[in-house]
Formats: sequence, structure tokens, C-alpha cells
Amino acid sequence: MLPAQSGAPLDADAAISIRGLVKRYGDFVAVDGLDLDIRRGEIFALLGPNGAGKTTTVEICEGYRSRDAGEVRVLGEDPADGARSWKAQLGIVLQSGAGESQLTTREMLIAQASYYADPQDPDEVLELVGLTEKAGVRGKALSGGQRRRLDVALGIVGRPTLLFLDEPTTGFDPEARRQFWSLIRSLRELGTTMLLTTHYLDEAEALADRVGVITRGKLVEVAVPSLLGGRETAPAVVSWTEDGARRTEATATPTALLRELGTRFPGEIPDLAVARPTLEDVYLQMIGEAR
Amino acid sequence: MTTTTTSSAATARPLPSLPTVYRSRASVELKEFFRQRESVVFTLMLPVLLLVVFGAVLDYELADGVSFTQYFTAGIIAAGILGASLQNMAISIATERSDGTLKSLAGTPMPKSAYFVGKVVQVLAVTVAIIVVLLFIAVVFYGIELPSGADWLTFAWVAALGAAACTLLGIALSSLAKNGRSASATVTPFALLLQFISGVFFQFEQIPTWMQTVAAFFPLKWMAQGFRSVFLPDVMAAAEPADSWELGRTALVLGAWCIAGLLLCVATFRWQDRSAG
Repeated sequence: MLPAQSGAPLDADAAISIRGLVKRYGDFVAVDGLDLDIRRGEIFALLGPNGAGKTTTVEICEGYRSRDAGEVRVLGEDPADGARSWKAQLGIVLQSGAGESQLTTREMLIAQASYYADPQDPDEVLELVGLTEKAGVRGKALSGGQRRRLDVALGIVGRPTLLFLDEPTTGFDPEARRQFWSLIRSLRELGTTMLLTTHYLDEAEALADRVGVITRGKLVEVAVPSLLGGRETAPAVVSWTEDGARRTEATATPTALLRELGTRFPGEIPDLAVARPTLEDVYLQMIGEAR
Repeated sequence: MTTTTTSSAATARPLPSLPTVYRSRASVELKEFFRQRESVVFTLMLPVLLLVVFGAVLDYELADGVSFTQYFTAGIIAAGILGASLQNMAISIATERSDGTLKSLAGTPMPKSAYFVGKVVQVLAVTVAIIVVLLFIAVVFYGIELPSGADWLTFAWVAALGAAACTLLGIALSSLAKNGRSASATVTPFALLLQFISGVFFQFEQIPTWMQTVAAFFPLKWMAQGFRSVFLPDVMAAAEPADSWELGRTALVLGAWCIAGLLLCVATFRWQDRSAG
């Protein structure tokens, strides 16, 4: 699937609709004519190497940065206008997180909740992110992973329609990351739209309905994770052991090869493995080509 | 720009009222200050210790029945207010800007005014606390007489106008610093220098004239002078540069700094680090 063309009109019903977005820092073009539509209710992952324009794009959608050209609508409004009522529908988890605080985890959530019309109960949110035991601990005494979960809690306490997650799990151990994923899935059940940026391709694959790959400020492809880069039709790699040696063959027709192997071996095919390119393989190839 | 149908802001419930958010921010700011040991020690305890030490060491008379401690009480209250407002604001806001607190707040529907209301409440609380503690020590340990009658009024307006001017100036200064540490490293020596040339630690008349002139550009000199009119007998006005307390000019200079500070704040305040465009 190709990204939408600049000629297409903005999609006012989309959670996020971007046409021809350009952002320059001096001579450096951080975002270079980017088009993107994110549907309501979907989880969209933006992938790309450092400096590709992910955070710039996200922060323009959040209303933090100005743009040099192009059209952007977030929940039907131009982020540059940034009214209070519009911000009330967003949840933002910044890459940098929030600062240090003398307040306890619970006090921070109560303060954050006081800015919103219909916030969720702070204690429920603490439970949701697994920080109930840390409710009385001051923000500066939390570990890195706990701190990040607090950032997420602060982002969702206002019951956002659209949640931005900029590299939310950086620094998590694998278990914390799994817990985080189940939290994101439970938010999806509530219909929350999410725009996620991440360096972890397994995370994108596990969570995202669609992924977009961005390099040098351009969106090079948008697809469901299993179809990215023609993954489903890419040659499969079949490997087995024969005559004491490891044999490997790339083929577009792995089933035929297996049938043939089946005739050569009377029983099990020794050490058989059939692999499709992983999302990571496809991704690395894509950003490699763009360079 | 092409306009599209705005399916905007159809949140069922209205956003919280301003007073509600103001209360919430005031509570946050009070906790942030009074729970941080460094800020409490630096801003609150330092003036107190200075008063205790100077009061005990420099125990001499400036004139018949007028002690240096009376003079110093006026000066240290002015310096205490400077710390609670200018230094406190410049450092805390620069810190909050560099560590992402301000950016996070800007991404919420919190009305921007609530942030400043919270800061003003913090400055007020700290200023009142400093004044109460300093007056208590001055009266109980050094026999300083509390102001009486109209002097209270002078005391109140000099404190309020001085705190307002220094708060605005502090907020403006916060935008010059890269982060909290660099704000502290530049604002602290600046404040100390001002204290030396503004008649806090030494009698103003003993300071070289050109330094007096420099000091007269900044609020601290006028605050200290205003408080001296409260704590010293009127005969001491003869020792001032203009042979009088110059209360009218004090109000004028502090008022002018309020306006200049406000304009600087409006022109320079940023919710993010400079790197963001």
C-alpha cells in the first residue's frame, strides 16, 4: 500500500490526517512532504531510524512545533490552534517524559486529573499501570521503568480519545514491556486511538494495526505489520540437514520444496526450519535502500 | 487553508473552572517548594542564619540608640524577599523548562494562567514565611521594635511591590538560562552582588557612589531603603543619598520594574527548551 498522495484531500473523520507536511531546521529538512492518515480506533506505529523525522512529526501533531508547509488535522482541528477543549481529548507521553517532582505518584495524578473534564479515578489508573504500591512514593524516587509507567498514567488519566506514545518502553526490561503491551491492548478495547513511535519492531508487530516506515522525513511505506515490504510474498528460507551438512534454500514456493524433501527423507526432515523475513529484516532492508 | 468540517471538542462535560485548576496548581507549587530541602534551606534558612550571625557579631550603634541590627533587619528582609521571588523563580522555572515539566504541562488542557497563579501563590507563601521568621528573630533576640501605625502600611506595600517586581524579573531571567543549574550559577552571584551594593550587609552611604548608582537601577536597593524607613527613626533619613527616605521614588522604581518585568516575561517566556521550533 502506498502512502496517500498529496493531491488527496484531508480526511476530516480520521484521528490524524496529514498532507504534504514539511518541517525544516535551518538547512536540514526534518520532514519532507509527508502524507499520513490514521483512522479512529487504530494503533499506528511509526518506525524509522533516529533523525528520520518521527518525533518532529508527532510533536507537530501534538501542537508543540510549528510547520513550514502542509496541512494537518488532529481530531478534526489544526494543532497550531491548540484550544483547551482540543487538548482535553489528547493524551501525550513525551519521549523525554515529565520532570522531577517532590510530589508523590498519586498526588501527581490527582493534579493532572484536575485539568480534565472527565478524568479517570487516579487510583484506578495507578492500578492499571501497576504502580499502586508506589502511590505514596515521590516521583524522584521511582526507577526508570516505574517513571515511564507514571508518564503513561499521566497521559491516560484524562481519558484521551487519541494517545501519543513516543518511545514509551525505552529502558523497560522484557517483563515490564509485556505488561505495558497488555495495558495498551486494554486501552484499545476502550476505543482509544494511538500513535506510537518505537525502535522495537517486535513491539510494533505485537501492538500495531498498521505500521509506517519513515526515513529522511518521508513515509516510504504504510502497511499492516505482516504485509510490510511484501513480507508475505518474500522468498521463504528453508533449511535442513542433509549428509551431515546444513543446507539452506530461498524459495518462492516453500511447500513444493517441502514435498520434494519429503520424498527424499523417509521420516522427519532433519532439523527442518522454514522462515519468512522478520519485520526487522524487511525494515532494515527498507531503511537501507532509502539511504 | 482549506477548512474541513470540525468534529471538534464535543466533550460532554465542561472543562474544570479556573478557580479549581488554580487551587490545584497552588497546592502543587507549595508542595514542590516546602518539600525540597535545598530550596527551604537556601531560600528560608540562609537569611535567618545571616540575621542571627550578623545580629550577634555586628553589635554596634550607628547613631544614638540606633543599632546596626535595625539597619540589617531592613536589609535582610529585602534580601529574603529577593530570594523568595527573583532567585526562586529564575531557578525553579529554568529547571522545569529544561527537565520537561513545562512541556508536559503545555500538552494538557491546563489553562496557562494557572501555572503562573501557582507560582505567585508559592512566592507569596514563602515571602510571608520569611518575613514572619525574620521579624520574630529580630524582635525576640535583638529587641527590634515592630513597625507601628502607618509604618505597617509602608512595610506592606514595599514588600508586595518588591516581591511582584522581583517575581516578574525572575520569570524573565529563567528564559536566559539553559537549565536550573546554570540559572543557579548565574542568578546566585548576581543576587549576592546586588546585596553587597544595595545596602544589605553594609551601610549604603559607605558604598562608592558609582556602585550606589548601579544599585539604584535594581529593585533591591529601593526595597532595603523602604524597609529602613520602617525600622529606623526618621533622623536616619539624613544618611540616605537624597537625605530622605524617597518613598515616592521607591514606589515609582518598583512599579516600573513590575511593568518592565511583565513585558520581558510576555516577550521571552517559553514552554519548551530553545531547541524546539
